[in-house]
Amino acid sequence: MNSAVRELTYSQAIQEAMAIALESDPRVFLMGEDIGVYGGAFQVTGDLVERFGSERVIDMPISELGGAGLAVGAAMTGMRPIFEFQFSDFATLAMEQIVNQAAKMRFMLGGEVSVPLVMRFPAGSGTGAAAQHSQSLEAWLAHVPGLKVIQPATPHDAKGLLLAAVQDPDPVMIFEHKLLYKVKGPVPEGHYTVPIGKAEIRRMGRDATIVATSIMVQKSLEAAEILQTEGIDVEIVDLRTIRPIDRETVINSVKKTTRLLCVYEAVKTLGIGAEISAMVAESEAFDYLDAPIMRLGGADSPIPYNPELEKSVVPQVPDIVAGIRNLVQGRR
Amino acid sequence: MPTEIILPKVDMDMATGRISKWLVAEGATVKQGDPIFEIETDKAAMEVEAPASGTLGNIIAHEGADVPVGNPVAWIYAAGEAVAAPLKKETVQAATQAAEASPVTQAAVSVERTAQTSGDIRATPLAKRLAREGGIDLSHVKGSGPHGRIVSADIEDAIAARSTKSTVQDIVPVANATEHDARTRAYFEPGSFEELPHDSMRKTIARRLLEAKQTIPHFYVSADCELDALMAAREAINASAPKGADGKPLYKLSVNDFVIKALAVALMRVPDANVTWTENAMLKHKHADVGVAVSIPGGLITPIVRKAELKSLSAISNEMKDLASRARNRKLKPEEYQGGSTAVSNLGMFGVKNFQAIVNPPHATILAVGAGEQRAVVKNGQLSVATVMTVTFSTDHRAVDGALGAELLQAFKSLIENPVGMLV
Repeated sequence: MNSAVRELTYSQAIQEAMAIALESDPRVFLMGEDIGVYGGAFQVTGDLVERFGSERVIDMPISELGGAGLAVGAAMTGMRPIFEFQFSDFATLAMEQIVNQAAKMRFMLGGEVSVPLVMRFPAGSGTGAAAQHSQSLEAWLAHVPGLKVIQPATPHDAKGLLLAAVQDPDPVMIFEHKLLYKVKGPVPEGHYTVPIGKAEIRRMGRDATIVATSIMVQKSLEAAEILQTEGIDVEIVDLRTIRPIDRETVINSVKKTTRLLCVYEAVKTLGIGAEISAMVAESEAFDYLDAPIMRLGGADSPIPYNPELEKSVVPQVPDIVAGIRNLVQGRR
Repeated sequence: MPTEIILPKVDMDMATGRISKWLVAEGATVKQGDPIFEIETDKAAMEVEAPASGTLGNIIAHEGADVPVGNPVAWIYAAGEAVAAPLKKETVQAATQAAEASPVTQAAVSVERTAQTSGDIRATPLAKRLAREGGIDLSHVKGSGPHGRIVSADIEDAIAARSTKSTVQDIVPVANATEHDARTRAYFEPGSFEELPHDSMRKTIARRLLEAKQTIPHFYVSADCELDALMAAREAINASAPKGADGKPLYKLSVNDFVIKALAVALMRVPDANVTWTENAMLKHKHADVGVAVSIPGGLITPIVRKAELKSLSAISNEMKDLASRARNRKLKPEEYQGGSTAVSNLGMFGVKNFQAIVNPPHATILAVGAGEQRAVVKNGQLSVATVMTVTFSTDHRAVDGALGAELLQAFKSLIENPVGMLV
């Protein structure tokens, strides 16, 4: 194993993870719409079809439900499919297979069968793709026991979590923010995994905790730099996995900083931030809270097409700065 | 904040008691003084009265159960208060005490009001926990967070402040009041006395004066003031008072009106004595707001004559008559008896020659005034007769030192003995 670290983009890191999986495990195959010759709607699969052939990098017809059914069946019979949706919005078409089949089989068949399926969902707004191609539906899937749901925020984690997902015996849903695909970061060569179900503290701080997911981790880090100039020291927890949640890391951080802001792009109402807030309020961290728990999430609105309106319905860096300023009022 | 009902000690050697009967159901409305449960001793059953008005809730001691003396048995919730999990005993008692209507409470009251809204206290869970652990009464803490919310830093400040300042709770051992009372009662033959429960005014007077006498270093200066010139002036002024439509004179000055005015003018002449002590700074007042102790049934109250140095004697006289009459009917508004930098307490009408008064915070001084009486005085080696009144300033030595108090006394005496000085 080579531990050298280079800078890769998020999408290069995912492609490398898939290549390593294809090389090291003959059970692994990719399927999705336009992932072959075209290289994927966001060019994530790239030239993998040339390297591994169309038997293992399969272009499928435009039927998410049919494709998902094939993938679930293949996983149940011992294969390790990695299924790409063109847009996470189209998960709605495959819900029957994801929710009623993939998530349930292990339980309904007494543990005799597992569904080692990986599904990749390009998600989120910011590309001008309008209301039907810009949503963040991860909380839909995170509501279903039997699924694991992850949201890598860095190229390093995108590769490590995908390789962990391929090894996982259960269905793992990976939400990849479209704006992260071109973001660069250090990525070790070779095979490594990042544990599913473990959050990462991206920045240590004293005055408030931000629990962020996906692209909001980067925005929170930018906000933290601004707040630092005002003497406000923010701790940033990158949740990474939203099912199962790393309860311990979140609660310990809140106990330390006494304040919590949840930042996520998905619609605020009934989103992951609501779950984190309630989890903290119910925990022993309650008696450590020195301010109300706050959430910053997407507006109760479809994502607009107009680029300015599109920005306005999801949290931006100044919103995070303002949210933290409000939270630490009265602090000495 | 809900008022706690505790199991009282009704017998000298009683460690636990048994509630034989609840007279009021949970959820019912009670008035302060209403009997709410019967307590059983080996001698008799006794009724226990509601310590406050409101809704009875959260009964945790049920009929027949043995309860240690002093333990809570239920709570009374004021209008709008949510029935919540029982609070710790000390917190509840201290808060109840602070929330009593307080006719002579001044600075402390306004602080409490800003921190509280309709009886609820807005505080973060962390602040509540730190207050609980540190024994801080949240009703005494002003919140610096959004919407006046009490945050942890406010509790840290309160804990730091407590180490330098003695607080009311330290002085009055409220928790042991029942036990203490029983010991006191035991000195007297049962039936040889009538027991009159304290009203809130009595409790406030007791608390405020105990705090004042124990926390303010008092210093006293006395002088005899000759009143003959003042009496003559008073007679002349009253004789020339114009008459109103009803045929009565428009004013009739008393000696006390001159005392108020002289004290106000004296404070203007000695401005360093017109102050209020705070831990971090001296508040130097621009006007002389003079409190005047008025005895009323069941206690006393100190309405304030504001900017008395600017008011004419007749204006002071008429204002005092109005304040005193409304004080007796308990009709004064809080802003009419809160504040001020000094006060006059006059017991001359009872023939008192000389006494020392207790400084009433936020004042730095108080003037105790005795009776004007004819005394033999020696002037230039000759014995003569003069009308003389003995006055004593009590000063808060933290704010007004001995020499400064003496200077104030000298200025006052000079004005009383030469009352024309008050006219300029």
